Amino acid sequence: MTPAPVTMVEGKAIPLQGHDIDTDRIIPARFLKSISFTGLGNHVFADDRAAAGGCHPFDRPEHQGARILVVNRNFGCGSSREHAPQALRRWGIAAVIGESFAEIFASNCLALGMPCLRGETGVVEDIQQLVQEQPGVHFCLTLAAPRLRGPDRHWPLMIESGPQTMLLNGGWDGTGLLLSHGDELQRTALRLPYLNDFVLSS
Amino acid sequence: MSRGLSTLHPGPAQEVYGTWDPPDLIVSDGAYGVGGFDASLGCGSPFAAGRSPLSTGTLYDKVWALHRVAELPGGQTQLFIGLHLIHEVTSPQAFTMLRERGLGVRHPERTVATVDHIVPTTDQGRPLADPLAEAMLSALEKNCAHYGLRLYGFDSGQQGIVHVIAPELGLSQPGMTIACGDSHTSTHGAFGAIAFGIGTTQVRDVLASQSLALDKLSVRRISIHGALAPGVFAKDVALHVIRRLGVKSGVGYAYEFAGSCVAAMAMEERMTLCNMAIEAGARCGYVNPDQVCFDYLHNRPCVPRGAAWQRAVTWWRSLASDGDAVYDDEVTINAGEIAPTVTWGITPGQAMAVDEAVPTPDQLPAGERPLAQEAYRYMDLQPGQPIAGTPVDVCFIGSCTNGRLSDLRDAALVARGRHVADGMKAFVVPGSQQVARAAEAEGLDAVFARAGFEWRRPGCSMCLAMNPDRLEGRQLSASSSNRNFKGRQGSASGRTLLMSPAMVAAAAVSGVVTDVRTLLSSAKDAGTAPAES
Repeated sequence: MTPAPVTMVEGKAIPLQGHDIDTDRIIPARFLKSISFTGLGNHVFADDRAAAGGCHPFDRPEHQGARILVVNRNFGCGSSREHAPQALRRWGIAAVIGESFAEIFASNCLALGMPCLRGETGVVEDIQQLVQEQPGVHFCLTLAAPRLRGPDRHWPLMIESGPQTMLLNGGWDGTGLLLSHGDELQRTALRLPYLNDFVLSS
Repeated sequence: MSRGLSTLHPGPAQEVYGTWDPPDLIVSDGAYGVGGFDASLGCGSPFAAGRSPLSTGTLYDKVWALHRVAELPGGQTQLFIGLHLIHEVTSPQAFTMLRERGLGVRHPERTVATVDHIVPTTDQGRPLADPLAEAMLSALEKNCAHYGLRLYGFDSGQQGIVHVIAPELGLSQPGMTIACGDSHTSTHGAFGAIAFGIGTTQVRDVLASQSLALDKLSVRRISIHGALAPGVFAKDVALHVIRRLGVKSGVGYAYEFAGSCVAAMAMEERMTLCNMAIEAGARCGYVNPDQVCFDYLHNRPCVPRGAAWQRAVTWWRSLASDGDAVYDDEVTINAGEIAPTVTWGITPGQAMAVDEAVPTPDQLPAGERPLAQEAYRYMDLQPGQPIAGTPVDVCFIGSCTNGRLSDLRDAALVARGRHVADGMKAFVVPGSQQVARAAEAEGLDAVFARAGFEWRRPGCSMCLAMNPDRLEGRQLSASSSNRNFKGRQGSASGRTLLMSPAMVAAAAVSGVVTDVRTLLSSAKDAGTAPAES
């Protein structure tokens, strides 16, 4: 199973405003009671959506089918649950743009081949405003030159070189790569004192 | 696109990165663009800031170097994981992925399992009453049996919250890399380990390869100097640090907790502090190993004995950050300024001293005001009102943050000789079976029971309410747990005030948020013997 390179994501965007949106809000813990990830897409932001009475962006008709989520600061903080990006993905999200991301959330997204790109505050707010005014706009998010391109303009985005490379070359599904270093793994295990009765190698 | 254009900028490149198109070619007299053209647009991450971590000679650097397996394309490091902890919520899908790919577990002896998140704290008879919970526990049992993994289940006598049992078994040791599909894995950093939470796909990777692809973090030393005042606990230090630095300041960082205050802390207090590092955004937090740490570990079931113990201690000592270590950032905090601390909002950073008033918008930086407005509404608290005196509906003592023996002793000291307020639901959930036995042996269960608290069986319980323990409707809880997020404790509109276990006990017996210092001094006046710690 060779994962596909992720070079671009195209489609509509969906804005979700607010800082420090945690993974408990993305997928409340009661939906984690399962031994699989299936069905999570139906419950993404379940409590926020119920509280918003149909006005939550994920419920608004104009945002259905959107693929690019646009968020603000420290998105995905809190619990390490991969159920959060799984739920977003199963709802239809394929990439996230934000001012900043919690680290575990971003690495969980990467493990699913779902890019998280950062933009300056002004850039993110600009995109959010545009999508609110014109929800049907078609965007193209590119990874090699990290940016979001709209019909008549584009915005610079950022992604660390590690995740960028892994997405572009298909290495985001890294198990095969990790396992290909069998000799190095063995050498590392042999030099760790706590795996070798605390006899220190010279 | 501006292909073919060339632009000359004689000043610092950072000034123009935000306005130029990404270029095809950069000609410069410096390392501009090496980390990606846009890398200089700071977004709170050291990666975003276009600077690589600079630290040298810290424990983090030493442990990182020792566990480095290979450098990966794109600059990430393949890091060996010395101890892998799993539980029933984030592992079943990882095992499914292993099976789908025909992969095995590379080091079954280095993965240890327990059940904690979904366990009921009243009736733990099998099958569990909740069929979904039973299915998760059964899946864990089957997976552990199939792959030959150690599982500390109900009948082991050692079951409990994963971040409580691994330390008490001596599994968590200095110099290890420790990963678990749970963000509070930072707890184990108290032992001088690099310990961090991972997602389920990464659980798969650790099972298959005993390693992970990671970016090296920067290291921020947080030096906390001086002594804590009476009634002020490690939890207050943690909340104070998060309040001071913010919930995202730690993104991209490992937090080294240092200073005389931390040196004077017992291991269980250090665990509380490191546990909350993730609430500051730091994926891992740690304390340099010292004699306090070695004394805690000595003779625990999974630590070496005899000559190997001596060799271990020698090695562990060598791991502590060097005196001339270089840090990416340093912060100093005066322990004397820390008061019993309570959260008032919907993130752990929205915290205040118990004798303060809820901050008004004009007391907050402009960037924090929208979240504050959201918090006032959700919590039904008014800016400027004192937090002390706020009526509480439910009191919860437990969790991986504060479910250890010393936490229960601190709470029992307040509860002893008092009774929970009328209409109050108050319950104590020990962090593990071992904690429960130790507490029962010194009569703490009876102290709590006489005071009107329910004494439960071990598990994560109402920290995240994946079991039957949960808030109802708009109930307000005083909780010794770690997250006051909207809906965290099982009701979509439930509200949480985070505080120390002693403060939770004070709220329980008073019915309202109460400064525990007032009760501790009267306990002393009444001649109540303080619990030994």
